[in-house]
Parts: sequence; C-alpha cells; structure tokens
Amino acid sequence: MSNLRQKVLVLYLKMPTLESEVIAWATYDGTGKNLHMAGDSNAPPYPTGLDALLDGWRLFQASQSIPEQPGKEFRTSYLKYEFFFEKIENAEN
Amino acid sequence: MSNLLTTKQMAEFTASGCLFFDSLISDEINIKFLEDIGHTEFDNIDINKHFENIKLTSSIPRIKAGTPLSKSYSESSPLNKIFNNDVLKGAINSLVGSKCMIDHHFLHLTFPTKYFDTNNSRQMSQPNHQDSTIDPRKTFDIQVFYFPTDVTKDMGGTRYIPGTHLRIVNDTGIARYQNILGQKHIVCKAGTVGIFHHGLWHGAGINFSDHIRYMFKIRLAPTEKQELLWDPEKKYTPLSNRALFWTEENTDITVNDILIKKYPWEDDTHRLEIINRIKMWRLLTGDTDLDIDYWMTRVENEQY
Repeated sequence: MSNLRQKVLVLYLKMPTLESEVIAWATYDGTGKNLHMAGDSNAPPYPTGLDALLDGWRLFQASQSIPEQPGKEFRTSYLKYEFFFEKIENAEN
Repeated sequence: MSNLLTTKQMAEFTASGCLFFDSLISDEINIKFLEDIGHTEFDNIDINKHFENIKLTSSIPRIKAGTPLSKSYSESSPLNKIFNNDVLKGAINSLVGSKCMIDHHFLHLTFPTKYFDTNNSRQMSQPNHQDSTIDPRKTFDIQVFYFPTDVTKDMGGTRYIPGTHLRIVNDTGIARYQNILGQKHIVCKAGTVGIFHHGLWHGAGINFSDHIRYMFKIRLAPTEKQELLWDPEKKYTPLSNRALFWTEENTDITVNDILIKKYPWEDDTHRLEIINRIKMWRLLTGDTDLDIDYWMTRVENEQY
C-alpha cells in the first residue's frame, strides 16, 4: 500500500469567490501527523481561498449558489460558501 | 424588585445571543455548591462513582420538564441561592419572565488529560453545535451557564460564537466548522454566570489542566410573551431614522449601534443578520413597525 495520504482543508469564505476572506475552517490530516479538532486555532490558516491555492492546495469541490426559498428569503442557516481543498502527502516523512 | 436588565443589555443579547456576569455568585455559595456535589481532586476519585454520588447525594434534584423554576430547588440548596441572586433573577425575569419553566438542567464535567491517558482513549473537544433540535420559533429559551470554580485557559472553557443564535440549523449540522472567526473561549473566575440564547453555537473545549472542569447548565423557557419584560413602565421608544451612509457626529454608542454590530464570521449575509435582529427586537419591544436604518422599511415597501 502506498504511503501517500490525503489532507483535506475546508474553507468557508465571505463570498462565493476564492479571493474573499476566510471566516471558518477545518483541517483533516490523513497522514496522521496532526490531529485537528473544534476550537484548536483562532486564526485562519490562510487569509483567502486564493492564498490556499498559491500554497499548493488543490480545489476539488465548491458549494453551489442556491436561491432562497420563497417566503424564507431572510432566513439564515449554514455557512454558504464552502470550498474543499486537498494535498497528497507522504505519511512517513 | 430584582435588578432587571437595561435596554442596552437587552440589545446586546439580541445582537450577540449572550450576556456574562463575572464573579456574580459569592465564594461562599460556590464552595457550598462544590461540597454539595462531592467535589474532590481528580486523583482521589473514581469517575463512575463520582457521577453516581452526584445523582444520589447532591441537592441537584430530578426535575420534570415543564416545572416552574420558582418551585424547582429546595430553599436551603446552593442552587436556590444562585437563582435568587438579584442580578441573575433580574436577567432571567427580563428575558423569559418570572413564570419561566425548566426544560432541563445538567451538571457538565470535563475531564483532564490524565483521565484519557489512563483509559487509552482520544481526548477531543466537543464539536460546535446548537441546542437542541432545529427550532424555527420566534419565542426563545435561554440557557444559564454557571461556573463554580475558576476556569483557566488550559481548562478548555465553553467555546461560543457571538451572533450565531438566529441561524436556523440542526444540532451538530455545524460540526464541520472546526474554527470560526471571532470564536470565544470562556476563561473566568469562580461564580461567573453566562446566559445564552438557545440558538447560540457553542461547544466544550479540551481540559489540559489537572482538574475537573464543572459547568452547571439550565435551560429555561418562557410561559408568556417576551415583550418589554425588562421595562415595567413599557416606555420603550425607538430611535428615529438616520441619514444612511453619513457619519454621525455623535459618537455615543446607541441601542441601534449595538443591534447592528457586525461579527467577524459574518459573510455577505450580514444585512440578513440585521433584519433578523430587528425582527427579534420588534417582538421584544412590542413595536411591530420599528426599524433600524431602513433595513425593514425598504423590503416592506410593497405597493402591489
């Protein structure tokens, strides 16, 4: 079995565009080198989504823009602009 | 008459979803509370026995959901003294009324790292969540958090995200948000009390200290409209409209300034947050036409 493992970075941005600021984030490290969890950092890993790309993260999923339900236009719920990035790293280094 | 909240405190609760009262409960009562639950240092206890002892011997009663708060705790118990504190009683009466009822109460214990070391289990923080299910009501419940000991930074005090309480989500549906810009972690002196809107996003941190962290939580529900409960004279008058996008010469922080405050995590839905706060403020003041900076008037100006 290969030692290559996936690291996943999830960024929530202020707007649906990658150059907007990070407002929430999560990291899952498949190499097992770091264990991330709720509340473990108060500063975002990158200022914007674009900065993550510049650092080598590959975008593999972005949230869609979904119209608000009629009659519930002012309801707020989950964070809207979710971007999934990955890096593939060697688990043994 | 207990100490009711001020209008600015009510506005702060409407905007942030929380209020804090530092060192509100006296050391004497904090110590009685700890004695009552059989608190001892972690090294001296068996965790399961500790839980059993709390259930069997403490004055924390088994309370049926829907019981009035005023009839829930025996007169001599530390909890009765806590909930008769003038400031806390005033805050509860202001938010959910003097006839409020208990949804549930629970003594939360967060164990230190050595507990997980001895059990060979992974020590993780509690994910962000919203209590308790998806809840689209206009009425709101409150959750009172009482900390009977000092909570130091390494004890992993409750994490919370001010301003998230009006978002309609379901329980741990927000758990993927490991960290949110502007999140806070409670660090406080013994006797501190926090009051959360039921919708406020929160979670327990990791306890890296050598001591058990205790937090007694009680959820209270109103049995009446939450309209001007903090204002017995019912005299609230909204501020008049301002010229939009003009800087005011007066730098005093008004009630409206508090209500439209922006929190760091807010994305391009900030204006929707303001609209939802205005809707809550209309219910609290009983003024169904009230507006702040034209946010509601604009979208309610329907001519067809």
